[in-house]
Amino acid sequence: MKPVLELRDLVRSWDGRPALRGLSLVLEAGGTLGLIGPDGAGKTTAMRIACGLLRADAGSSHVLGHDSLRESPAIRPLLGYMPQRFSLYPDLSVDENLRFFSELHGLSTAERLRQRERLLAFSRLEPFTRRRAGALSGGMKQKLALACTLLHQPRLLILDEPTTGVDPVSRQEFWALLKDLAEGGMALWVSTPYMDEAERCGHIQLLHEGRVIAQGAPGAVAAAFPRRILRVEGGDPQQVRALLGPFPGVVVLRFGHNLHLVCDPGQVEILRTSLQGAGLGASDQPATLEDAFFHAVASAAEAA
Amino acid sequence: MTVAATWAVRAQKLSRRFGAFTAVDKLDLEVAPGEIFGFLGANGAGKTTAMRMFCGLLAPSSGEAWVDGLPISTQGEEVKRRIGYMSQRFGLYDDLTVGENLEFYGGIYGLDGTAIRRRSGELLQRLGLDHDVQRRTASLPLGYKQRLALGVALLHHPPILFLDEPTGGVDPVARRAFWDLIYEVAGEGTTVFVTTHYMDEAEYCGRVSIMVAGRIAALGTPGELKAAHHAQDMQELFLKVVGA
Repeated sequence: MKPVLELRDLVRSWDGRPALRGLSLVLEAGGTLGLIGPDGAGKTTAMRIACGLLRADAGSSHVLGHDSLRESPAIRPLLGYMPQRFSLYPDLSVDENLRFFSELHGLSTAERLRQRERLLAFSRLEPFTRRRAGALSGGMKQKLALACTLLHQPRLLILDEPTTGVDPVSRQEFWALLKDLAEGGMALWVSTPYMDEAERCGHIQLLHEGRVIAQGAPGAVAAAFPRRILRVEGGDPQQVRALLGPFPGVVVLRFGHNLHLVCDPGQVEILRTSLQGAGLGASDQPATLEDAFFHAVASAAEAA
Repeated sequence: MTVAATWAVRAQKLSRRFGAFTAVDKLDLEVAPGEIFGFLGANGAGKTTAMRMFCGLLAPSSGEAWVDGLPISTQGEEVKRRIGYMSQRFGLYDDLTVGENLEFYGGIYGLDGTAIRRRSGELLQRLGLDHDVQRRTASLPLGYKQRLALGVALLHHPPILFLDEPTGGVDPVARRAFWDLIYEVAGEGTTVFVTTHYMDEAEYCGRVSIMVAGRIAALGTPGELKAAHHAQDMQELFLKVVGA
């Protein structure tokens, strides 16, 4: 069985500036793979190569065994791509947008009507079929864009930062839809700069300057964080920083009225004692994916 | 500088109706000078309408709010001079360089050439943009644009800073760099009033409110609210409060 998506050592530069420096991945049916990284890390470049929209300088991309670029007509029915700015027609209604994209994909009338019914129910957009797409809320627009991407029943769904700017309730709903799709056997490849979305993926790759700097299941990536975190409730940052003189390399992160001190495992007890001596209690704080991301980026910067 | 007001932002029964729809419904709120206050809510909860009133851009239907001690219903113009505002679209001119954007906005805020140069230099250094003065804004990474937009909002030394979803689309490293600046600014006494859709970011605020249907449904420090609602994190808290 061929993987749904397989990238090998993808390299691509823009005007001599490297955007991808060797990205590889394998995505199987039913899997959700998160590509996590900042603006400019190469996420969109990688996705466009996989879709056959862009040529890689080196490396290969295959969708169910078909070369993304050379066999572009073969991969087109297999994949759905939702770019960052999906072009819905704001002047057309929800229904008209679905019809337009059905025709683009060459669906028969019977098939179009069947998909319309299925996707309106799936996206819960039924009550809004006559509303202009331009008048939908951000969350509803994203759901309509997703529905338009699913009309031809792709096996691979590629989503480039699908929920940027969407409120927490709508994001929750959108991810519930993605979960349903994955459970139905679709392979999902999602890019996002947000750690809470990364946590919803089965497997993640942290992309930094075109390179994967950490990967694995989200829980495993967080658990591999090699440092320790002490949380100081209500600590005055200046007072705490003054105590840190003898502890080189301790990073102080503010969280509202609280501080997180990121230190090496060997520093924990003596640092805790020192804080207690100043009347400050410190509790152990489990590392999050965000902490792991910081660490991976800092280590990559040191190695560079 | 004027005498510090007791409250940086204060609302009493602040309401705004659009026809039959009540977007903001008798809102009561007090934010102290120097606070970092997170103003949260789902889309359509009335956040943007309330923010527009606080910024002197929209008159209340009833009730009143005071920003830096000034009533918004009668002194909207003066309120605009006392606040810095950074929108999610930044409002920067892509074709201008970093330096030119600061110069342009300095002029709008009525600063003279010397004051603009002095303040721009100060801000550029602080924002880590001093090597990018000549760069065209369009060519900047998103994280840099955000810092520049923050710089623009701070040009005229406003006592209150309104940030409307300032960090959309950036990764944790860029966001952390941005928030370190926010803590610095707040540490000097500037009040920071911020909206966000990202609940892990809400953890960075001293206190937060969650708006539902035009009213404040929850208010407190992130720790207090999580404890009161038995929520593991802010995302869970938010969904519980808005009843999703």
